[in-house]
Amino acid sequence: MEGNLNLTLKIWRQKNAQTAGKFETYQVSGISEDMSFLEMIDVLNNRLIEEGDDPVAFDHDCREGICGMCSMYINGRPHGPNKGVTTCQLHMRSFSDGQTITIEPWRAEAFPVIKDLVVNRSAFDRIIAAGGFISVNTGNAQDANSLPIPKDNADDAFAAAACIGCGACVAACKNASAMLFTSAKISQLALLPQGQAERAKRAEAMVAQMDEEGFGACSNTGACEAECPKGISLENIARMNREYFSSVFTSK
Amino acid sequence: MAWLSKSLNSSLGKKLLMAITGLFLVSFLIVHCGLNATIFLNDGGATFNAGAEFMAKNPIIRTMEIVLFGGLLLHILDGLRLWMDNKKKRPVAYAVVDGAANSKWYSRSMGLLGTLLLLFLIIHLKHFWYFSRLTDNLTEEHTLYHEMQAVFTSPVVVAIYVLGCISLGYHLLHGFQSAFQSLGWNHPKYTPTIKCIGAAYAIIIAALFAAMPIALHFNLIH
Repeated sequence: MEGNLNLTLKIWRQKNAQTAGKFETYQVSGISEDMSFLEMIDVLNNRLIEEGDDPVAFDHDCREGICGMCSMYINGRPHGPNKGVTTCQLHMRSFSDGQTITIEPWRAEAFPVIKDLVVNRSAFDRIIAAGGFISVNTGNAQDANSLPIPKDNADDAFAAAACIGCGACVAACKNASAMLFTSAKISQLALLPQGQAERAKRAEAMVAQMDEEGFGACSNTGACEAECPKGISLENIARMNREYFSSVFTSK
Repeated sequence: MAWLSKSLNSSLGKKLLMAITGLFLVSFLIVHCGLNATIFLNDGGATFNAGAEFMAKNPIIRTMEIVLFGGLLLHILDGLRLWMDNKKKRPVAYAVVDGAANSKWYSRSMGLLGTLLLLFLIIHLKHFWYFSRLTDNLTEEHTLYHEMQAVFTSPVVVAIYVLGCISLGYHLLHGFQSAFQSLGWNHPKYTPTIKCIGAAYAIIIAALFAAMPIALHFNLIH
């Protein structure tokens, strides 16, 4: 897949969490505009391996924009310049010949760099484990229509559940806040009947864990919503505020 | 009460405190701006002076003044605490940040705008609050209106006040609607109206306040 894009890449290289990193500059040429951003990095890595150098470490899995593994802070924006896409779905046609592209890992106290562009996002897993679940008995699934759910609620819950946990919200936020993520995970359950039993406890536990992990507070800039590849709405953060305080002020 | 201090010290609690104190200050600005705008009645400051005297003597207003300083102090301290906490959350800064692509500059600069406002407020309190409450300089011959005229003869002071009003306008432009979001009030029915009222409020308050030193300096009102 030969193309005609020649690019200068400034990539953050960091051996591990203990050592300090720095930018390295690489030239790539003959990049096709039909390649995804990750395929462009693959081209660079092939060359680095052939030259006996250490390839650039980066997270990726499905490369279909649904798993939430890919990250990369590209030219000052999480997942690059396009709206509503993850880095794997960002194509090189969004860049121009001769352009310099700066690629950094997500930067947050709660997301320590593991290597190069790979960060540890297990803080998100611990927020989920703190309360982002429902307790149900195993066995056959009950009839889908046995619990009436208003269509609006189902739609809002589904929209919140579209969060893939990639961490772009944290990366975009000037305070490295995880409010959009946490609020989406609280909302998707708070809106449905199955989520009612643990509803009050959930908000308090997940917010406490979010603070514990070292994420910042919300300045309501809206940067998270604007950069979220899944279009998670700020309404979820407002809902989290309601869920949290109604629990704080009424729980026994 | 451990539950209350714990939740008010959480990331959400700090924002709740910011929102409540912020909206309280918003309500104060309406009274302050409304009373001061009576100088535009062109009655030589008669209505304004009468209003100022009422405010100075009414026991309810005197009590509210203490509450106001308390609210202001809480707003400042909580803002300072949020700013200090938040800047620790990204120990390694990005080399390139395209903030304009996803948010408004003033929404990302509330701490800076707040600091400018605080500096302005110190000057402003020295000019008028200190003069009228803590000195004996206020007389029948030299009213608060006369003092305003005297203070605003200096073009430097007028410039500081106009810059203070611009900072206030941008601070309110983000702060007003942001407070409702922090309170959890985000709803398709109300949010567009809140944002609209917030923008109108910020512009009207800032423009009215800025017009006062300008009008007095250039003798546009009598």
